[in-house]
Order: sequence, then structure tokens, then C-alpha cells
Amino acid sequence: MAAFAFELVSPERILFSGDVDQVVVPGTEGDFAVLKDHAPLMSSLRAAVLTIDAAGKPTQRMFIRGGFADVSPNGLTVLAEQAIPVEEVTPDTLHAEAEIAQAEFDKATTDEGRRAATERLAQIMELRTGLFG
Amino acid sequence: MASLKDLRNRIASVKATQKITKAMQMVAAAKLRRAQTAAEAARPYADRMNKVLANLAAGVKGNPGAPALLAGNGKDQTHLLVVCTAERGLCGAFNSSIARLARDKAQALMAEGKTVKIVCVGKKGYDLLRRQFSKQIVEFIEFRSVRAIGFEQADQVGQLVLKMFADGEYDVCTLFFSRFRSVIAQIPTALQLIPAQVEESASKDTSLASYDYEPSDTAILETLLPRNVSMQIFSALLENAASEQGARMSAMDSATRNAGEMIKKQTMLYNRTRQAMITKELIEIISGAEAL
Repeated sequence: MAAFAFELVSPERILFSGDVDQVVVPGTEGDFAVLKDHAPLMSSLRAAVLTIDAAGKPTQRMFIRGGFADVSPNGLTVLAEQAIPVEEVTPDTLHAEAEIAQAEFDKATTDEGRRAATERLAQIMELRTGLFG
Repeated sequence: MASLKDLRNRIASVKATQKITKAMQMVAAAKLRRAQTAAEAARPYADRMNKVLANLAAGVKGNPGAPALLAGNGKDQTHLLVVCTAERGLCGAFNSSIARLARDKAQALMAEGKTVKIVCVGKKGYDLLRRQFSKQIVEFIEFRSVRAIGFEQADQVGQLVLKMFADGEYDVCTLFFSRFRSVIAQIPTALQLIPAQVEESASKDTSLASYDYEPSDTAILETLLPRNVSMQIFSALLENAASEQGARMSAMDSATRNAGEMIKKQTMLYNRTRQAMITKELIEIISGAEAL
């Protein structure tokens, strides 16, 4: 597979920079895989796992919280508010996430806000079952 | 005239001070390196965000529905000044030059009949501005207990600034901090935060017209702009941290040098006094012997 440039940056530092074959990005409206020569796209992200595939290297998985993905002709840039390798994610991290979503739900005054918070909570639960069973 | 013992004490005390300033200089040098690395590590994110923002802003500019954070709320009456300074002193003119810039700006605005509100981030700025602007200071945040500034702290300030904007408490927000040029040069800077200032040069990239947006460009812009505010504050705080250490390093360096000079002078005086005393004693003995 053809490689393209990928960068994963958080406000504090660059977490990943290099050539990769495929990245699966958790967009707000669903996961999407980015390959070489992907059409320019800008998407916001949800709290979920991002998967990086590079030739000759084991697949890397990162837990991402909020941010943006920017697919340009030069490659893919993910601006994540927070990114942790999946191996380092503990049930506590997800528990904290779930609490944030719950608090958002309690705070929400509109149906739209409640719906978004419920969705987020569901995503976190799904992630928890996926990672820890 | 000071006795020999006085002089000895004085030299000892200057030496002790010199040791302290020397130690502070070395600590500042070590911290500076760390602060500089942190500031550099944060730069890619800020750069990327600026580019993305510039692309998006170019698209919605001039539209009536443009977000208030980008276009402003159409008024220019109340100004919010966010003044970021250090928590500690002993770093030369670092804090006072930021405070002076903010003070000049505040006075200019008030002379124009505008309302000014001030948010102080950092204890030293608060101390400097408190006397003159006690009515204008609406909030004071300090990170004294925080060892290294993280995005979390910046976000805390950012949320406050955004909340105040949402509540209509001000129209224009300006951020004051010190940009780190080099160890000896820190430039006090005023940066307009709201309405956001987007670099024009970055938006000339025409290939971006064909971008797809998910969920939509306005939705992305609306989440991006608040985050950009926090990000700008974050990089300002990091620049400030590096500047503070740089300023302290050069201040302590000159303090050490001054102490060295003082020790030299005092030692000279001490030796001269000592020799004068010996000579006096010798004269006394000789003239005593001669008289016999």
C-alpha cells in the first residue's frame, strides 16, 4: 500500500509523525479510514479509538478525546485534545469520561443537547465493552 | 570608619547573596530549557489550528451568520484585558513591562470613554495593577500551586473568557503576555483574542475550495473557535513561562556580577584598612623605641 504523511498532535506535543498506510479516524458522524490521496476533508472527532497502520510495524491504537482531523493533499493531520495509547487506557479513564458525559446530560437544557450527551455516553460504554469486556 | 570586623561581615553577607543569585540563575537556566521545549512542542498544534482556522474563516467571512467569536458582536464599547504575568518576582523588568503595556492600553481606552475590565492571570500582574485599577479587575487567577503549565490551566482561563463573552460582559478581548525572543529579549505583546484575528496570508491557499466538511463547516468553526481561544492562551502562557525564566536568568546573572564587583571593592577596602592598621601599629612601636 502507498504511504502518506500522518501527524497526530495534542496541545502539549506531537504524538506521532511519519508515513503510514492507513489511519482509521473516529469522526463525529462515524469512523472513516484515510488512505493515500483521500479527498480533502475536515471532520470533528468524538472520544474513541484511532487506529494507525504502517507497513512493517504493528498496528497502533490511540484513545482520542475531541479534536479535528484535517485531510489535505499533503496528508492527514489530527488535532486531538487528548490522546493516550490504548494500552495505557484504564477503566478509570473511561469512567471519568462517562462522568463528564453524564454531567453534560444533566446540564443540557435542550433535547438536542440531551441527545448528544446520550450518544456520547453510549459511545463510551461501547468502547468500554470493546476494550475491557 | 567601619572597623575590620564590620567589613568582614559585609563581605561575608555579599558573598552569601552572590551564592543565592548564582543558584537562582542556574535554576532559571534549567527551567528555561524545559519551558522552551514545552513552548516548542506546543507550536505545531497552534500552527495547524491557525491554518485550519484561516481556511474556514476565509469561507464564512462577511457572511451575516458568521460566529460572533470570529466577526465580533458588532460593538466596541467594553474591552476585556487578560493580563498574563508570572507568579514570582526577581525576574528583572518582566512583570512590570507586561503590566505597563496593559496599563497604557487601559488608560488609552478609558480616555476614549470605553469601559475596561481586567482579568489578571498570575499574582505579580495583579499586585502591580491592583492599586490603579481595583475597580476594573473582575477576576484574578493564579497558578502558584501548578508546577508546569498544562493545557488544562489554559482551558480554565479560556472557559472563563468565553463564558464572559457569551454573557455579553465585554465586546473585545485582548491578551497581554511576553513573547520569548531570546534569553535577553522578551517582547511584551498585546494580542486580540476576540474577535479572532486570522492571518490573511494563510488563507490564500486556493486548493482548499474543494474541502468536505463533516458535520458542516459552520459546526466545525463553532467548535474550533472556542478551542482556539484556549489554545492562544495556552501558547501565551508557555511563551510567558519561557520569557519569565529567561528574564530571571539574565537578571540573576547581572546580580551575580554586581555582587562580584562589590566583593572586589569591599575586599580592597578591607585589605587597605588592615594594612593601614599594621602600619599605624609599626609606627607606634618604632616611635616608642626611638623615644627611649
